[in-house]
Amino acid sequence: MSLGALSDKLLATISELLAKYPQPRAALIPILNACQREYGFVSAETEAAVAEVLSIPVIEVRETISFYSLLLRKPAGKYRLQFCTNISCSLLGAEESVATACRRLGIQEGETTPDKRFTITTVECLGACEMSPSLQVNDDYYANMTPDKVDELLDKLK
Amino acid sequence: MEKILSKNFFNPQARSIAFYLKDGGYEAARKALTVMTPQTVIDEITRSNLRGLGGAGFPTGKKWSFIPKDSPKPKYLVVNSDESEPGTFKDRHIMEWDPHLLLEGIIIACYAIGAHRCFIYTRGEYYRFAGIVQAALDEAYGERFFGKKIFGSEFDLDVVIHLGAGAYICGEETALLESLEGKRGWPRLKPPFPAIVGLFGCPTIINNTETISHVPGIIRNGSEWFADLGSPKNGGTRMYSVSGHVKKPGVYELPAGTTLREIIYTHAGGVRNDRKLRAVIPGGSSSPVLKPEEIDVKMDVESLAAVGSMVGSAGVIVMDETTCLVKALAIISKFYQHESCGQCTPCREGTGWMTRILRRNLEGQGVREDLDNLPRLAGNILGNTICPLGDAAALPVQSFIAKFRDEFESHIRNGTCTAVR
Ligand SMILES: Cc1cc2nc3c(=O)[nH]c(=O)nc-3n(C[C@H](O)[C@H](O)[C@H](O)COP(=O)(O)O)c2cc1C
Ligand code: SF4
Ligand code: FES
Repeated sequence: MSLGALSDKLLATISELLAKYPQPRAALIPILNACQREYGFVSAETEAAVAEVLSIPVIEVRETISFYSLLLRKPAGKYRLQFCTNISCSLLGAEESVATACRRLGIQEGETTPDKRFTITTVECLGACEMSPSLQVNDDYYANMTPDKVDELLDKLK
Repeated sequence: MEKILSKNFFNPQARSIAFYLKDGGYEAARKALTVMTPQTVIDEITRSNLRGLGGAGFPTGKKWSFIPKDSPKPKYLVVNSDESEPGTFKDRHIMEWDPHLLLEGIIIACYAIGAHRCFIYTRGEYYRFAGIVQAALDEAYGERFFGKKIFGSEFDLDVVIHLGAGAYICGEETALLESLEGKRGWPRLKPPFPAIVGLFGCPTIINNTETISHVPGIIRNGSEWFADLGSPKNGGTRMYSVSGHVKKPGVYELPAGTTLREIIYTHAGGVRNDRKLRAVIPGGSSSPVLKPEEIDVKMDVESLAAVGSMVGSAGVIVMDETTCLVKALAIISKFYQHESCGQCTPCREGTGWMTRILRRNLEGQGVREDLDNLPRLAGNILGNTICPLGDAAALPVQSFIAKFRDEFESHIRNGTCTAVR
């Protein structure tokens, strides 16, 4: 049974989530978010298991996942460096910080380091433009990024 | 000026329910549920001139009155905490610093429209802030301000905080509903409007976080007090998010209708390094750009419309004389292309064309015809799409080129930017 792809802890979380909505399908994105928190990404097995829990076709789960940029179908690094390069951050030089991170880690934006520690992505406005240039690492925000601060942060996260 | 929404900002103690209660917290909700009828609440909100603060500026009391009174279906309140219009970060501040204000507003709004269930939809990136609101909600449940028979009335209410997963379009209210139903965020054709056919096919009111957070103050202090704080037809204060080339970027709560000049120069400290102002986007990245000589405009719906722009989400983006406006527009255009859901041909294709042409201009490969083609492409999108994202992509292109054509021409002539560095 494909449900085996989900841990007992996740299955418990899923039943809590299902109870919050009048229709089970509404819990899909929260369930996928929970799976991703547990496993780091949403694998094909997880997709299938979630589809089974909700009694919907797998293709509908995949269609939903592919629409949302935060849902990953491939593993990412332990630290996901998400640099905002939208207007306010760009006005204050966001690109320099991205370039510094890429140079330091020896990867291009969109890539993950071979040791699976870091993934660099550029993202749209993070809703933190007073912190421009802003950076989100996993759930945490970092403000006023400069090449020097990128260096410092990478030392800390090593 | 008296602060309503931001008075507790940056004080970590203020988040606790004990602090909130000491300051008369939840008394407005108690008053609404115990001595007011739903209709008197709606009337009070209508008289206050509270306008939607998410972008469209629709009068809130009027929106609430569209909920059918005789429908046997459940009704829903959905709070839009998606906040992804570039340049906007006010809702995050409310969630982070005064979550009980939002929650109290939710109780009153749900009572007014007869909703027993509310969903707060927030962007996945706001995980930590959603956690703060959840903690506040748990405290409020502990005081029995949510759940069954609130304040000894017959009114029951439950709230669910729902995290999205990264898609700007889900801030558009009907895309948000689709997303909340577990689907991809494709905007719906209107009509029917959500007040009639909304979440799960039921009557639904969607309001912005800041809009709902104003409700307790209005019920507590009266509609007249609120209306008098603002400008005609725009009640109260509003939270201006100021970013870009200013000395003090941040959120400033000021009367609706404060001038852009006052916001930038008196509150946000003026342009950094005392440079010259080059351009200002007044209401989030989709609002038409303004020139420095236009910043005496009042930041309200009607005044900005009169100068051909929009107050939108009141996200003020300030650009000084060092800014390459071709690059600024290219970034904005790429954003809307990236976020187009692809349902409507004019939006999907038009945003792609505009973005490619702008990139070419940025790279010094622009040709003179581009400056006629870009506004024409934008014009073909305007008004021809299911949702306003198409307009949001088109208006910046038209306004940047109309107002700063000389700079775009110089880029084409010189193959590079000539802004002061
Ligand atoms: C593309 C697009 C994105 C939007 N994003 C948001 C948003 O992030 N937050 C928000 O409150 N409203 C957003 N809106 C406006 C909503 O559709 C809706 O008008 C608003 O939430 C209603 O609440 P209000 O009347 O309290 O402003 C967006 C609209 C469009 C067209
Ligand atoms: S205007 Fe654009 S974003 Fe809106 S529905 Fe059409 S294609 Fe989607
Ligand atoms: S533009 Fe970077 S956080 Fe808003």
